[in-house]
Amino acid sequence: MTDLTWRPVPRSRLTAAGPPRSPRWRLLPSATVLAIVALTVLVVPLVVDLNQQYVDLAIANQPPSAAHLFGTDELGRDVLLRCVYALRVSLTVGIVAAVISAVVGTAVGALAGSIGGWFDRILMRLVDAVASVPHLLLGIVIVAILRPSLTAVIISIALTHWLTSARIVRSEVLSLRARPFIDAAIVGGASRTRVLTRHLLPNVAPQVLLATTLMVPHAVWHETALSFLGLGLPPHAASVGNMINDAQRSLLIGGWWMSLAPGLLLIITTLAVSGVSGVWRDRLNPKRRTELTW
Amino acid sequence: MIRSIGRLTLRRLAFAVPVLLVVSFALFVLAKASPFDPVERYFGVRIIGASPERVAQLRANWGVDEPVVAQYWAWLRHAVAGDLGDSLSLQQPVSAVIGDRLGWTVLLVSVGFTLALLLGLVLGTLAAWRQGSWLDRLITGGCYALEAAPVFWVGLAVLYVFALQLRWLPGGGVTTGSEPVSVGGVAVHMVLPVAVLAISQAPWFVLFVRQNLLESFTQDHVIGARARGLPDHLVVSGHALRTSLLPFLTLLGARLPELITGALLVETVFSWPGIARATVEAALNVDFALLGALTVMATGVVLLGNLLADVLYALADPRVALDG
Repeated sequence: MTDLTWRPVPRSRLTAAGPPRSPRWRLLPSATVLAIVALTVLVVPLVVDLNQQYVDLAIANQPPSAAHLFGTDELGRDVLLRCVYALRVSLTVGIVAAVISAVVGTAVGALAGSIGGWFDRILMRLVDAVASVPHLLLGIVIVAILRPSLTAVIISIALTHWLTSARIVRSEVLSLRARPFIDAAIVGGASRTRVLTRHLLPNVAPQVLLATTLMVPHAVWHETALSFLGLGLPPHAASVGNMINDAQRSLLIGGWWMSLAPGLLLIITTLAVSGVSGVWRDRLNPKRRTELTW
Repeated sequence: MIRSIGRLTLRRLAFAVPVLLVVSFALFVLAKASPFDPVERYFGVRIIGASPERVAQLRANWGVDEPVVAQYWAWLRHAVAGDLGDSLSLQQPVSAVIGDRLGWTVLLVSVGFTLALLLGLVLGTLAAWRQGSWLDRLITGGCYALEAAPVFWVGLAVLYVFALQLRWLPGGGVTTGSEPVSVGGVAVHMVLPVAVLAISQAPWFVLFVRQNLLESFTQDHVIGARARGLPDHLVVSGHALRTSLLPFLTLLGARLPELITGALLVETVFSWPGIARATVEAALNVDFALLGALTVMATGVVLLGNLLADVLYALADPRVALDG
């Protein structure tokens, strides 16, 4: 007689993705951080009278201390306060550029989707063509033509980042066009323009808004990269990229704190923005919940 | 099979040629629309003393006052023949400028990309296998943080720690001092830039592999393999990973633009003698001959990469409808 004993199989971890964690887990910390960043960036320049060009060579190149949490730079300016300014500049650039790129993208996508036919095909091929040029390189070309400035950077970001929203809007418009309420509007005598502006675009709006929020970190990143290469905002303007670029020199003589703070703040802000918009996206399209971004 | 891959290749090439033409023409028009006059640029301050005849002669020689289309046609004719014009900022033929630097960039990018892929596969598999464990959280958390961090900031941090503080590895260039370029020397100098490029590109692959593995754990053949009593590591490597790798192939192509962007920034941080420096110089000096050639070239590489990824996909999975 064989000894038949039942042994429990050790619990294996080879299981499918568990149920997504409660959105609150992501929303609360991200929203808190975002609120703190937004408040700081908006309020601090109002409250603290900070001449950010204020130079005090006596306290230059000081490592972090109680008086200067992230130290001072080579001109004796407080790194943390300068970071607040830099973040303010970078976020402004990012938001403006993201909005412009969303407008361009929505226009292209809506036209392509609602007119259709060869027009659609040509526009979408154009989108594919622009998508094949590396973003930063195209951005560099645009900045080179317009010369480095705030406007040039914003245009450069807007002209390289409209593709995503164009694709989203087009596919949304295509799927909306097949819905009965559009047929009803057309039967009711609505003109093409009216269908587009009163029926199609309002229904695309939430998706566009979401895409724009998700675009902000990309835009900020692009601005930072351009500034770091010396092709972004003018050197005296504080932006995250400029600060890191400036800090490069100090790094060689041991001043690590000057680049630490801007980078960390940028990471935290980016994570917070994508955290909040990620929760929002999950609400909007539950099917795409498994997507890669946070 | 071979024939359909040939058709795919032909169709993609038929798309690539117009794209390259459109991109180069658009760049050309943009350059023309900019307020920069190459002749004035060439003379610089000396234009004050230069005789009007000489300026006029140069204008005629360079053909700067001809219509855009005629100029573009002239450029295209020469470009096809391999003559990309002269770089104004570096005073060298564009082909020589690119030729000197391209090898270094290709070296950095290819090794960095391979390493990023390996990291992605290994870490992604580990994270999926131990889903929910501290290891998984560490890996995914680290990936999200790295995705949000600017490449050059990571580069500076690595430079500071390993080259300036610990002094383990050289932090810039390809040689130390005046010693000649040698394989060993380059290998040592390569470690930091390649590592930074790899860890900045890896997060995306890691998260992708993890996600796809988790999805494939619910598929029938994986459940079947587990039901037959195969050990977990065999199921993961032999059954789950294989099927989830297919979509990975197309993503390799899609990731190329980011890779080129990342390489530009990493090269700048580590003073790598690749094309990054030339690109920035060209942009600062409005050197369109060089800038345009670099952009068109990068676009060509991206299109080629996409084609290659699609062909590999078709080879790996014959079910793929090639005429989609």
